[in-house]
Amino acid sequence: MASPLEQFEIKPIIPIEIGGVDVSFTNSSLWMTIAVVVAGGTLAIAAGRGAMVPGRLQTVAELLYEFIAGLIKETIGAQGRKYFPIIFTVFAFVLTGNLLGMIPYSFTFTSHIIVTFAMAIVIFIAVTVLGFVKHGMHFFTFFVPPGTPLVMYPLMIPIEILSYLSRPISLAVRLFANMMAGHILLKVIAGFVAAMGVFGILPLALVVALTGLELIIAFLQAYVFTILTCLYINDALHLH
Amino acid sequence: MSEPDKHTSLDDLNRRLKDARSKHAPDEPEKDGAGSSGGLGLGFRVAIDLVAGVAVGVFVGWLLDRWLGTTPWLMVLFFFLGAGAGFTNVLRAERASRNPPE
Repeated sequence: MASPLEQFEIKPIIPIEIGGVDVSFTNSSLWMTIAVVVAGGTLAIAAGRGAMVPGRLQTVAELLYEFIAGLIKETIGAQGRKYFPIIFTVFAFVLTGNLLGMIPYSFTFTSHIIVTFAMAIVIFIAVTVLGFVKHGMHFFTFFVPPGTPLVMYPLMIPIEILSYLSRPISLAVRLFANMMAGHILLKVIAGFVAAMGVFGILPLALVVALTGLELIIAFLQAYVFTILTCLYINDALHLH
Repeated sequence: MSEPDKHTSLDDLNRRLKDARSKHAPDEPEKDGAGSSGGLGLGFRVAIDLVAGVAVGVFVGWLLDRWLGTTPWLMVLFFFLGAGAGFTNVLRAERASRNPPE
């Protein structure tokens, strides 16, 4: 029986090597490309019509737009409008990646920590730069919680800085751990179906239920990733 | 024709609006609760936040130790600071989920 971890294996499709560094086009890259094409294509087709009475596809696009626009208004406020493109892109990419991963025999690139961590660290650096651009050296006051007595500064400032530095890690690990755990669980339970013969109907029912749950988690984790990005941008703009 | 008083009908409308809004309002904080998908999700979140703080603390301490040659003292110190940062993360996330930002 195949190992439940086999689904996470990276397989090079077009081996490329530049200056001794392996930059092969792998199955992970392939599914990232598919995600970009699917997300971009769907929205381009949906937006291309621009009908007064939206069809099904346009409704989906409008729902997504309003969902993210509402999220930004709730978390950042009117100032957040400027950051809509990047936030929507992050959401669309993660959501499409998670959902594509639910197709049997596909590859879930969001279940690899290096992928989620790369996204998280880019967001983290961008938000930090944004904070410095908006506030200059004043940004450092972010590391002093309001109302802290002077005696506590030597303790609170390192803690605040470490807490700030731990953001990309918790952002990356949250998405990666949820996706990986879900996919392993599905494979393990699915493995019981064949092994248990007639009674395999029980794990089969469970797999069906878990597939539904995984679809919810795919959406939920994309939402969590996006809302955290919004909160970080909000912190950089408003400092506390 | 007994046209209803304009004022009372407006008041009535306001009241009904408020009712409808308050019926919808509980949905909003729940959305945050759903973001953690119940107890398991919440546990996941707390665990990750906590461990992330400690991991970053240890890593920073280890880097500083290697740089300053004070092995292992800064790593020990930053382990505890990292644990503090982890708890700060958890506390802050918990507080944010109780009263979401307006």
